[in-house]
Amino acid sequence: MSSRELILGRVRRALADVPRDDTPYEQAVPRGYLREHGDRSVAETVDLLAENLADYRAIVHRCAAGELAATVAGLLAAHGSASVVVPAGLDETWLAATEVTRVPDRAEDTSAELDRVDSVVTGCAVAIAETGTLVLDGGPDQGRRRITLVPDHHICVVRVPGQVVSSVPQALERLDPARPLTWISGPSATSDIELDRVEGVHGPRTLEVVLVSGG
Amino acid sequence: MSGTFVGMPAFPEAAHEAVNNPTLRANLRHATHTIRAKRAVAVSELDDWAALREAGKQIKDHTLRHLDRYLVQLEESVTAAGGVVHWAADADEANRIVVELVRATGESEVVKVKSMATQEIGLNEALEAAGIRAYETDLAELIVQLGKDRPSHILVPAIHRNRGEIRDIFAREMSEWGRPAPEGLTDTPAELAEAARLHLREKFLRAKVGVSGANFMVAETGTMMVVESEGNGRMCLTLPETLISVVGIEKTVPTWQDLEVFLQTLPRSSTAERMNPYTSMWTGTTDSDTADGPRTFHLVLIDNGRTDTLADEVGRQALRCIRCSACLNVCPVYERAGGHAYGSVYPGPIGAILSPQLRGTESEIDASLPYASSLCGACYDVCPVAIDIPEVLVHLRERIAEGGQVTRKGNKVVLKPAKGHAAERAAMRAARWAFGHPGALRTGQRLASRTRRFHPRTLPGPGRAWSDTRDLPAVPAEPFRDWWQRTRGGKDVPK
Ligand code: SF4
Repeated sequence: MSSRELILGRVRRALADVPRDDTPYEQAVPRGYLREHGDRSVAETVDLLAENLADYRAIVHRCAAGELAATVAGLLAAHGSASVVVPAGLDETWLAATEVTRVPDRAEDTSAELDRVDSVVTGCAVAIAETGTLVLDGGPDQGRRRITLVPDHHICVVRVPGQVVSSVPQALERLDPARPLTWISGPSATSDIELDRVEGVHGPRTLEVVLVSGG
Repeated sequence: MSGTFVGMPAFPEAAHEAVNNPTLRANLRHATHTIRAKRAVAVSELDDWAALREAGKQIKDHTLRHLDRYLVQLEESVTAAGGVVHWAADADEANRIVVELVRATGESEVVKVKSMATQEIGLNEALEAAGIRAYETDLAELIVQLGKDRPSHILVPAIHRNRGEIRDIFAREMSEWGRPAPEGLTDTPAELAEAARLHLREKFLRAKVGVSGANFMVAETGTMMVVESEGNGRMCLTLPETLISVVGIEKTVPTWQDLEVFLQTLPRSSTAERMNPYTSMWTGTTDSDTADGPRTFHLVLIDNGRTDTLADEVGRQALRCIRCSACLNVCPVYERAGGHAYGSVYPGPIGAILSPQLRGTESEIDASLPYASSLCGACYDVCPVAIDIPEVLVHLRERIAEGGQVTRKGNKVVLKPAKGHAAERAAMRAARWAFGHPGALRTGQRLASRTRRFHPRTLPGPGRAWSDTRDLPAVPAEPFRDWWQRTRGGKDVPK
């Protein structure tokens, strides 16, 4: 007998007490919890996102669509970056004001090559206000998972209010499980040494979020 | 479970050592109290906490009650998404499967994401025996691995180490495993984290095989989910060509939507954060056009005592556990005894009910675990999936003291009462240990009241001679504290 049959057989015998007409899933799981917490205007939801991102030590900037190129260029300059990874589908205008070397996100490049790049600029799929979370789904303006992981500086552009939801349940409704998903809440952090929080062990140590309105 | 803990003394001896180690006690006290206080704040932000907890409980219970169906569905979904599913009845089989999968890649090293399941089966030791080096990449696990130590907490495995000890371990051991610690390393957490970053980055960038567990597996979609903080998980899940995930069968949930419950309750219960810094979700492998992440994905589903646990209608609820560790941080016994005393990768209250069910109660340590508690009920109150740990503890005590039917490796066997047996002596010593530490008892015996009928009227073992001629003190129907909390001193109408 295969282990698959063995295990499934054990499971079935173990569940001999469960009646055949046991309550179906839809009725067994009460969904009495909230779809979002609190009653906020759209602007307040964006403010809450900014507040919660900052609370987890992401650096938050806000600008209008027309100022985005200058903002991104300023952030790269302030970080002293000489090179930036660019996802294939990133809006070209976002980088229009900077001279730094563009490194395309290509499957054939090795992790070690990526490790030599200073920064990465991406969009996002959705941002969650209540938790201060950015979700990337590998879309054309976000690229492969590794490009937001290996470089030490990540600039993530969020279109507000269009890409902002209040809560985790609302975010999951918008996402496609078939895509590789990365949820980011603040930069990498550890609390393993006497519970002192230290930012950045492996992911980017600096996370900058640009909330761009009217885009 | 893992051979790591074979020969472990029973709980009271092991606890004795911890209680007499002032550094350990201070570290533990600081840690558990800090997380505990923060958690209460994080939970209070959600006014629907009770509803989320109930939903989480029901999702897991429903899944467990139909686990065969959901496992088959999960297998179909993972396979359809390009993954390969393997089934392992026990630790040996799981280890054999992983060793073969690694060998097939031609590699002799793997990078690992912190995972309870792989610790449970002793995977690192099995890989080592096969000539494969496994690098733990979670900072705390790295500290434990370099220190040739064992983890003592589910979430912060090196909670028993302070910064000075960590510095010494890094300075002494890192060079054995790869990039040495920088010259003049101090004990500031930032410098220690930086040393770990440099040491591990070298490994991530060349790793061809990653090994992980998963916090949840979605039957409907075949999606795996790993929550973490440091980004080491993302490294292991993203950079290698081959990913092998070793997951207990109980980690299944039916639908994508179910994640909305656990993504709210797990981080807040665990690290007291609104959300953990990183969560990765992947569904099989992506096709070569968009190639993102590992090109080969293997899922190893492990039983290793879980189906035996499932067969126990009272004990089954232990399989709802989402390993948040909230119950450890509130437990007065854990706070004093430390994680190592539990002799298992699962310490604290959840360990006290899970280990004796997964492994059976033949050994002294396993027989003593259900007694390593004061039954104060704090663990039940914080548990985000409402596992009634005290109820299971009492159930297991009754089993040890009075015998009864259990399932071992899928077969029903009848346990004899543990008369005069080493296990029973260990159990009673653990009970005396817990009861002999008044702080561990402070909060009273909620469950002792509710389960009066299960309490033996005579004490087994050494206590028998004493109790033969005396009645054990009667347990009140409801402790005063509970009555007060329930009715606010009689002001509210009792429920
Ligand atoms: S038993 Fe409950 S509180 Fe303890 S680790 Fe598991 S889920 Fe968390």
